Amino acid sequence: MNTAVTIAGVTFKNPVMTASGTFGSGMEYGEFMDLNKLGAVVTKGVSNIPWEGNPTPRVAETYGGMLNAIGLQNPGIDVFIERDLAFLKQFDTKVIVNVCGKSVEDYVEVVERLGEEAVDMLEINVSCPNVKEGAIAFGQKADALYNITKEIKAKAKQPIIMKLSPNVTDITEMAKAAESAGADALSMINTITGMKIDIHKRTFALANKTGGMSGPAIKPVAVRMVYQAANAVKIPIIGMGGIANGEDAIEFLLAGATAISVGAMNFIDPYTTEKTIKGIEAYMDRYGVEDIKSLIGSVK
Amino acid sequence: MGKRKERALVDSQTCIAPGIYDMWIKTGLAKEARPGQFINIYPKDRSTLLPRPISICEADGMRDLLRVVYRQAGKGTEEFSHYHAGAHIDVLGTLGNGFPLEKGKGKRCILMGGGIGIPPMVQLAKELKKEAEEVIVVVGYRDADLFLDEELRQNGKLYIATEDGSVETKGNVMDAIAENGLDGDVIFACGPMPMLRAIKKYAEEKQIEAYISLEERMACGVGACLGCVCKTTKKDGHSHVNNARVCTDGPVFEAKEVTL
Repeated sequence: MNTAVTIAGVTFKNPVMTASGTFGSGMEYGEFMDLNKLGAVVTKGVSNIPWEGNPTPRVAETYGGMLNAIGLQNPGIDVFIERDLAFLKQFDTKVIVNVCGKSVEDYVEVVERLGEEAVDMLEINVSCPNVKEGAIAFGQKADALYNITKEIKAKAKQPIIMKLSPNVTDITEMAKAAESAGADALSMINTITGMKIDIHKRTFALANKTGGMSGPAIKPVAVRMVYQAANAVKIPIIGMGGIANGEDAIEFLLAGATAISVGAMNFIDPYTTEKTIKGIEAYMDRYGVEDIKSLIGSVK
Repeated sequence: MGKRKERALVDSQTCIAPGIYDMWIKTGLAKEARPGQFINIYPKDRSTLLPRPISICEADGMRDLLRVVYRQAGKGTEEFSHYHAGAHIDVLGTLGNGFPLEKGKGKRCILMGGGIGIPPMVQLAKELKKEAEEVIVVVGYRDADLFLDEELRQNGKLYIATEDGSVETKGNVMDAIAENGLDGDVIFACGPMPMLRAIKKYAEEKQIEAYISLEERMACGVGACLGCVCKTTKKDGHSHVNNARVCTDGPVFEAKEVTL
């Protein structure tokens, strides 16, 4: 049985990754599971300088999911390279660094700093709904997405993945803009903008008022968007949105994703990634699938 | 053995005051539990997805029994309140740093608990009794529906405050301190934010150490999501932005380290 997949020349031992922001840099979950088993660790977003993020409350539960408005709290690229990348080097898994910024220059600075580091791919976060400047401002207009993709691609030493927002009218337009600007791959979806009001306190559940929704409740939206994008572009897609097990992962692969990420479900069960890998293998075994690549985009 | 998620068994559950439930869980986590730590309990109903972080009230490592006393506050805790002995329960633990017992060694310790912040004081009082010069316990309730008071009395000198004045001091734990002229070398506290703010101010004025357990909305409970941060006076170890993680850097902080 072959579970390996290749994206932009980088081969992953299996298609299971961790969605940015749900797994730190792996340290916290390394206490529960063997990180060597993962196809890749996709890190929490990192910016050029430390970001303090939003006020609390930053998280709220919703029906079958959650809202978050962390605001990309992170220690900045210096600490990240020294501590987080040094930690990840110990493991036999691919490393994808999620990059965030408030301006094109911010992104480029981080991308250039990572040029000589042991990083396999870069995931460019142009879709975080919880910061006011940058991020999603680049991810909701096709021309803005095209421009930032082109600028980053020109400076990046590693292949770049553009992480798309679902908070757009036509996802195919965004996917095509990223592809035509030179993106090597897409990851989707980031969280869906939502809101929750505490009717007893008559306040917003999140200090930021709005947040990004994730968890099993958003999976059908994510599968639909992956399917649409996969049929609009040729570059590979990393699919995510509410994946809780191997069956969910297979659904994304059939829709057209080459790899998948486990996100919010890491919070519910720290062993979700491991169980997802086993679940994929069980599915392949049950249906006699010899090569996982034969599943990708096979439901038309 | 370190942090782990496991399927445990409910050993017993009783309602000990209106809306307050006392559950013993059979789990090896009891051996590692320290006062002030918490466990994540997972509802079975997947519409309520996130774990509920609940403080450890008591731990019997010899018999692998862990006790949680919680308030039924929403859908998740409502589900838990229906569990009977023999039910399966998914737990992750043990989480958080716990109270620094060594700070109470040979000292006059004041333990303060307000409302659903009272349960962690049970194990804390039991352990400090062996080490401290004196254990004073001051607890605050809404009304005469007291809980855990008898057990606390066995491990320290107990003072009670009630908001409606139905038992002992009328008011909160700080009113009970004043009314009884209580004095100590170190404070350990858990309770609502206004109470913790008052304790922080009191400790600063008296120039005594105070260790307070904070509460914040959490998702993962293990330090990954950065949902449950609190403001710290010094740069935090994770992001270097004065935002410590309540779940892993806390929930217990020295009062002077945090901005409330």
